[in-house]
This record gives sequence, structure tokens and C-alpha cells, in this order.
Amino acid sequence: MLLIPCPHCGPRAELEFSYGGEAHIARPVDPASIDDDSWVTFLYERSNPRGVHAERWRHLHGCGRFFNVLRDTVSDTIAASYPAGQPRPALSPDGKGTKR
Amino acid sequence: MSDLAIRENSLGRLASVIRNIPSATLAVLPDTAKLLFRGRPAAVDVAGRAFGVAMPQEACRFSARGGRTAYWCGPDEWLLQAGGEASAALFASLDAALAGQSYSLVDVSHRSDAITLSGPEAAYILNHGCPLDLSLQTFPVGMCTRTIFGKATIMLSRPAPELFHIDVWRSFASYVWQLLEEACGEFA
Repeated sequence: MLLIPCPHCGPRAELEFSYGGEAHIARPVDPASIDDDSWVTFLYERSNPRGVHAERWRHLHGCGRFFNVLRDTVSDTIAASYPAGQPRPALSPDGKGTKR
Repeated sequence: MSDLAIRENSLGRLASVIRNIPSATLAVLPDTAKLLFRGRPAAVDVAGRAFGVAMPQEACRFSARGGRTAYWCGPDEWLLQAGGEASAALFASLDAALAGQSYSLVDVSHRSDAITLSGPEAAYILNHGCPLDLSLQTFPVGMCTRTIFGKATIMLSRPAPELFHIDVWRSFASYVWQLLEEACGEFA
């Protein structure tokens, strides 16, 4: 089981959270004005990386807030967690934490 | 209107067959007035003054004064509990004090029932269904949090080293009670 660091409540068991998909996907401001391909990209196309992935989690059985996590999809190592709305932090070269 | 609603504690019948286990004792807490407050910092200060207990700003903490308690639920969310008071009157007094502010106040008195678990093995019993580290270092007296117990969400708080309060939505209450009682059976 993952130990996920909620930015508000601290580290908690994965069981308290629900997964919210890839982070930093902005909904088009005016969907009526964009073409179908752009809409398909927004709806379905995800980066699906082998490595560090920015994803949304919700502390469902806790503070109830959405936040973002940088998780390595190979090792399941969580490098950082940060409140929703903040930009993705840069990782240090060893990938183990964020740059200070 | 809410004064006309007839409410029966969902644990009333279960609690009548309570077993006496000194190392982990279950009990039902009396019904209290409960309001859920959400708001921006300006409204939070006003609500704290009107309620008589300041909203704790530190995450996962509660503060109490008299019969009133304010529990931190989220960064802008608090549960206000007032034992032995009418929720409608409390709601009206806070609503009047908060006039002009941006906030949300919901009367959730009938949503949940509360259980106490006390005794030297209370933390051990809770860990049957709850993944938290309940040692006094990581879950000190004065801490509260929503967490999971078995398959149900509970609001867990620790008013004393060997005392836990569990606030659980009433449809889950009998499930949580029976699971706790089964765990307590180890010491019967």
C-alpha cells in the first residue's frame, strides 16, 4: 500500500484516498470554439509516462481536498505532493525530491 | 422545523447489550448539536467569536471550551459541536453573527452518531480497522481527523490519552459499533 503525503494532513495510508487521473490538464476555456481534434486531446490523450507522473489524488476519507502528487510509475516512489493549483515542482537530478 | 423532527439514536438498541470490558469500553455519546462551517479567513474569525471557541488553524486539531468543540475537518472546514444545545438556536445565532460574510453553514446534527472507546487497549482495538498510527507521538491528545474504519468513514478524535471519540454517519454506525465490539471481544 502507498503512503501518500497529503499536503494538509501529512502521510496517510492509500486507503484514505481516491485517484483523480493525470494532473495539470486544463479544460479549454471555450469548448465551442475549438476543433474536434483538440477536444479529443483534452478528453482522452494522456501522457502515460514510464517514470515520474504528475497525478491528482483526493483525500476522500480525510480532509476531502484534491492535491497533486509526483509519483514514479515504475518504483511507486512519491517524490513530492503539493496543493491543487500550484505549478508542478522541478525534481532534483536524482529524482528523489524537489529542488530547493 | 428541525425541532419537530423525531430522532432516534441509531445505536440505542445495540448499546443496550453492552459488555463490560475494562481494557476497551464502548459507550454511546448523547446526541449533540452539530454544524458544519466553511468559510474564508474573515468569516472564520467572526464564526469563532460567535461560537465562543476559535477555529483551530493547525491541521487535524480540535479545541473545546465548556460544552462546545470546534473540530478541524479541512483547510477551510470545521465541525462545530455543542452538547445539550438546540441546533436551531445555535444555527440562528451564528447565522446572525455572520451576516455579510461569505460562508457555508449546515446543520448536520442528525447526520451522525457518536461512540466513545476508552481504556488502555483502545488504540489497539481501533487499529483493527483503522490504518493510522495511534501512538501518542503521532496522534496526540487534542488531535482529530476523518479517517477510515473498516469500510466506513469516521471522525476520530482523542480528548484524553486513553479515550477516543468516534463520530460516524448514522447509516454506518451499527457497522462500526459491531466491528468494534467484535474486536473488543478479544479482552472479554
